[in-house]
Amino acid sequence: MGAYMLKRLISNVLLVAIAASMAYFLAATSLNPRAKYEGRQPPVAEAVVDGVLDDYNLNDKTPVFERYVTWVSGVVTGDLGKTWEGKEVNGEMGRRIGVSLRLLLIGTIVGSGIGVAVGAYAAVRQYTISDRVIGVTSFVIMAIPVFVIATMLTIGAVGLNNALGFTLLEYTGEYTPGLSGGWEQFTSRLNHLILPTISLCLGQIAFYSRIQRNMMLDVLGQDFVRTARAKGLSRRKALFKHALRTALIPAATYFAFAFGTLLTGAIFTEKIFGWHGMGAWLVDSIQQNDTNAVAAVSLFAAVCVLVAGLLSDLAVAALDPRVRVN
Amino acid sequence: MPILEVNDLNVTFRGGIKAVRGVSYQLGQGEVLGIVGESGSGKSVTSLAVMGLLPPGAEVSGSVKLHGRELLDMPEDELIGLRGKTIGMIFQDPLSAFTPVYTIGDQIAEAVRIHQKIGKDKAAKRAVELLDLVGIPHPDVRAKAFPHEFSGGMRQRAMIAMAIANDPDVLICDEPTTALDVTIQAQVLEVLKTAQRETGAGIVMITHDLGVVAGIADRVLVMYAGKPVELGTVDEIYYRPRQPYTMGLLASIPRMDRPTARLIPIDGNPPSPAALPPGCPFAPRCPMRVSACDEAEPDLERIGPGTRMSACIRSHEIELKGLDGATIYPVPEAPAETAEPRPRAERDTVLSVENMIRHYPLMKGAVFKRRVGTVHAVDGISFDVAEGETLALVGESGCGKTTTLQQIMQLEAPQGGTVVVLGKDSATLARADRKALRRDLQIVFQDPMAALDPRMPVGDILAEPLRAHGHKDIGARIAELLSLVGLDPSHAQRYPQHFSGGQRQRIGIARALALEPRLIVLDEPVSALDVSIQAGVINLLEDLKVRLGLSYLFVAHDLSVVRHLADRIAVMYLGRIAEIGTVDEVYGRPAHPYTRALLSAIPLPDPDLERSRERILLEGDLPSPADPPSGCRFRTRCPKRALLGAEEARRCAEEEPSVVRLAPVVDHGAACHYPEEAEVVVTSRH
Amino acid sequence: MRSKVVLARLARNPQARYGLVALLLLLLLAYVGPFVGAHTWTDKDFLAFLEPPSAEHWWGTTQIGQDVYAVTLRGMQKSIVIGFLVALFSTGLAALVGAAAGYFGGWVDRALMWGADLLLVLPSFLIIAILSPNLKGGSWLWFVVLLAAFSWMITSRVVRSMTLSLREREYILAARYMGIPGWRIILRHVVPNLSSLLIIDATLNVSAAIIGEASLSFFGFGVQPPDVSLGTLIAAGSGQVTGYPWLFLFPAGLLVLLVLSVNLVGDGLRDALDPGSNQ
Ligand SMILES: Nc1ncnc2c1ncn2[C@@H]1O[C@H](COP(=O)(O)OP(=O)(O)O)[C@@H](O)[C@H]1O
Ligand code: SF4
Ligand code: SF4
Ligand SMILES: [Mg+2]
Repeated sequence: MGAYMLKRLISNVLLVAIAASMAYFLAATSLNPRAKYEGRQPPVAEAVVDGVLDDYNLNDKTPVFERYVTWVSGVVTGDLGKTWEGKEVNGEMGRRIGVSLRLLLIGTIVGSGIGVAVGAYAAVRQYTISDRVIGVTSFVIMAIPVFVIATMLTIGAVGLNNALGFTLLEYTGEYTPGLSGGWEQFTSRLNHLILPTISLCLGQIAFYSRIQRNMMLDVLGQDFVRTARAKGLSRRKALFKHALRTALIPAATYFAFAFGTLLTGAIFTEKIFGWHGMGAWLVDSIQQNDTNAVAAVSLFAAVCVLVAGLLSDLAVAALDPRVRVN
Repeated sequence: MPILEVNDLNVTFRGGIKAVRGVSYQLGQGEVLGIVGESGSGKSVTSLAVMGLLPPGAEVSGSVKLHGRELLDMPEDELIGLRGKTIGMIFQDPLSAFTPVYTIGDQIAEAVRIHQKIGKDKAAKRAVELLDLVGIPHPDVRAKAFPHEFSGGMRQRAMIAMAIANDPDVLICDEPTTALDVTIQAQVLEVLKTAQRETGAGIVMITHDLGVVAGIADRVLVMYAGKPVELGTVDEIYYRPRQPYTMGLLASIPRMDRPTARLIPIDGNPPSPAALPPGCPFAPRCPMRVSACDEAEPDLERIGPGTRMSACIRSHEIELKGLDGATIYPVPEAPAETAEPRPRAERDTVLSVENMIRHYPLMKGAVFKRRVGTVHAVDGISFDVAEGETLALVGESGCGKTTTLQQIMQLEAPQGGTVVVLGKDSATLARADRKALRRDLQIVFQDPMAALDPRMPVGDILAEPLRAHGHKDIGARIAELLSLVGLDPSHAQRYPQHFSGGQRQRIGIARALALEPRLIVLDEPVSALDVSIQAGVINLLEDLKVRLGLSYLFVAHDLSVVRHLADRIAVMYLGRIAEIGTVDEVYGRPAHPYTRALLSAIPLPDPDLERSRERILLEGDLPSPADPPSGCRFRTRCPKRALLGAEEARRCAEEEPSVVRLAPVVDHGAACHYPEEAEVVVTSRH
Repeated sequence: MRSKVVLARLARNPQARYGLVALLLLLLLAYVGPFVGAHTWTDKDFLAFLEPPSAEHWWGTTQIGQDVYAVTLRGMQKSIVIGFLVALFSTGLAALVGAAAGYFGGWVDRALMWGADLLLVLPSFLIIAILSPNLKGGSWLWFVVLLAAFSWMITSRVVRSMTLSLREREYILAARYMGIPGWRIILRHVVPNLSSLLIIDATLNVSAAIIGEASLSFFGFGVQPPDVSLGTLIAAGSGQVTGYPWLFLFPAGLLVLLVLSVNLVGDGLRDALDPGSNQ
């Protein structure tokens, strides 16, 4: 197991390195940080711009490979460089990762938990009204892109707030600035979490519920469920004890995939609800031609994808005795 | 009074598929009722209907009474009190029948706790006792193992343990040994007999193997196309069958206990349950059919005194005239042997394998893969096949038969040793030579469904080898091939799924013949077929060999088929050859203890013989080929070694025996330090 | 024969039936609808800016006086074309790469799967976002290529693992023992026997691509003006959704309907093509 993990770690580090380097090259050759300084009034002298850009390792007059070497030598010591305005990428990233992880964690837990429960319920009640309602709803939800869901949620919140005459549901930012008490802070943060969580989770719930339902129905026809009933278990008990548990295994293999869609979903959610997380940064940094920030976001995304893959494998190993090694 | 009473049971599935039609039987205390019939004849559906475990959408009518209480209209919450308590069931495939994520012990304990109000630890202890009862070594440790960590035989024992956990009065066993090797089958059947002694239960034993039923059943019910066609005591059915289907079935099996004669196939296929013929369902295949047979379906009626029943309008006539299968069925003619074959030494050697080795890395874990050892799948075997000869390779599953075939078919250098096909060493073949050699070396596979690409019409399947080797006039050759194997050439446009199993196997044979090969490798060519169909395919293989001058390398686990088809036989055990020689020698005077055990484990379709036979029961399972025992590989299970003195037994553990010719002139060798001489198979007096 | 069975099963599945009907209606709307409307998508009505739906402009007008009906249908055409093309490319690529990796094994397998892993790890959203505005000179076809290039990996893994088990199937072994070359076996035996999976995958890829296009266009990284797609229209409309909801609701609604109907058809196909699945 140790040797395996080591091999996997090495290959993952390699993948991350290559992915981040490719993203860096792409960003460094396609984006133009100089544009940020050129259009200014009064005009800034070219030599000054060069100087500033050199400081930030963003000067397009330096050969790209040289810039890359500078960037890499920073990265290996843990320094991800500077943003186009000269801020430390590290500091910015630290703040933003916290924001994003909060959303992603809640999205994963709530999405998979509720999704699996709903799917299992639908499978047990196959062909009843509730199964059909769940099925149709999840189909519709899966057809709505996150940005449409998020936009609709904001419209809804605005409408509700207007109708009530006070702000019941918050829909911008992570908290209301200027609140004093710890408790007020806390409830405000919770309130701000509601809509983004819904926007992020709905798709996940729909996805997991479909998977879990289908997997359970697959398992349902298998011999061991019949054996369980031949022992004298009722259909319901056989389903819960034997089918549900076994059907969790394939659902866990989908975790990595679902997490990928969650990451993309987070971009929109953060952007639309005004959260300053990694997803929003990705969009902003491209629009602002911020090469080093783009590279940093790529690094983060690559690590996330690999960690999700690893978690998925670990979950499968935990659930399935057949793949464990003793 | 019978414990279980089934009356006029009918099961119809969606789409008008009449799977079971009017099955009636009674089962008494401690009695064993065998239900036999070809696949699809409704055996499993009958038993699932009794258990109330049919899938939704099945309509059931008739009556099933357990201790006089009607089960069919019993509410579900009362039924679950009976299932697993009064009536237990054992399924065919023991791997998929256990939930993969719980330990065997937990699953047995669960069965205990459903019906008995005892604590968890008590139930766990009871599970261990039950595992001990069915002969699982170290039951306390093995109870903590997961199903995939058990071998097939152990899983089936555990399944039996689970089924008898609550002392049921009725035990339904659905093909409990079909997935197992003969030596393991013999063990499991013993365990079943023990279980019956312990519980005094009545057993319904469902199988397609007439040998198994002969050994264990008191009475037998024969089913055909969802209907019972004959019912009687086991002696009546086996020695005096009175229904043409039963008679045909018994006549079509290759026998170990009689001199080899031409097999008698039953022509045609069982009818589809969705489109039954109007009268007797067997009429299209029946050699005794008269026009009255098509008028109405004959009912199961009493013939003669006693409980004997048969569903045939001509049963009385059969009884009066004392007819049997060999007299009513036409015996297909064997092709005339062209001249006396030359002695073996003068013939060409078409295949020669010397000290061949094939090892695999042993990987563990699906997610966290790593190498944990080496599987010695084939570990130095030698044999040769002379022109016009059939060599059979036999042994339990996992002993390396398939690996041997694959190594030969690949025509590449083996990891060790040599493979010489038609005088050409596979290690030194150039690409073009290898392709040319492939014309002369062809293969027929076990599973006729998997061997044909389901998305290609049969014509294209047969054309593929022809095109690959640049043949012209393909259409004519396809028609010729189809008629050669007894199929209608006009069916070339059909897809494989439109043919029955036996027909598909014939297509597979036709494909192998397309390039006019000299050596054909047959990997279990008839083991997936029902007996009545199997006989026809065996006859075809015999005919083709004579007509086309073929040589066969033939892998099988069914020793009766081997005796019928082969000239020579090589018995494999754990990647080595245990015994090799002519069929007459090896079957007549088996010298290796393993061969003797193998031969004695084969159930014979002869109740008297089965009752009187002494079985050599092997202990335990095949050891892992990743860790073969030192010295003689068979020593961990060898019954002979137990009788040896300490000094002699040590030799078995230290020195690996190699195949030694038993006498200077006979074609017979065994890899045992202490080979035996006496005969083992008894012949039938009937 | 088989296709008849599949069609019959498809027709028996109510979900798939609704999906198919809805999809046909939407296609009809996208391609015939523009001829029915009074305006073309390039027309600008300088007398009507940001008008709500009316008899003249069925779905209202934009801030530069375009007819929302005409523009939306134009955008929908683009979205549909992009969806189908991406699905075609990515499923085709997935089939070839996955089958080759699974069939040949060894270093071919390792190299191809490593490439797939790399593409999975690369943030596709970001790369397309950076590249596609720079391909202005080129056409939206580049955008299609990019979307396809980042959407085949998971399917190719599935294809690979199915090929691994197919490879041991006896009919494939038979072909190999006849001396038929590997690539011929892949094309004649492996890929046709995965066709169910591939058809289902292609269908679901259509909807994934439509959503993907819209997502990127939402931030201005996708289809570039003057071209329009549902994504660019939704993006333009979402800013003014409280005041002028018709700008948002029509393209968003059509997008959802389109994706929903394609998904329904895909799910129905799964039931019809995969005999082991639950009806
Ligand atoms: N590709 C493989 N990788 C690892 N082990 C294998 C492989 N093929 C066969 N084996 C192992 O080799 C042994 C012999 O198998 P096989 O040749 O299939 O025997 P048989 O034909 O008698 O069933 C078994 O233990 C089997 O698990
Ligand atoms: S009833 Fe007629 S067709 Fe049927 S088995 Fe008897 S003789 Fe044959
Ligand atoms: S060598 Fe010894 S252990 Fe092996 S078969 Fe002979 S007697 Fe048995
Ligand atoms: Mg085998």
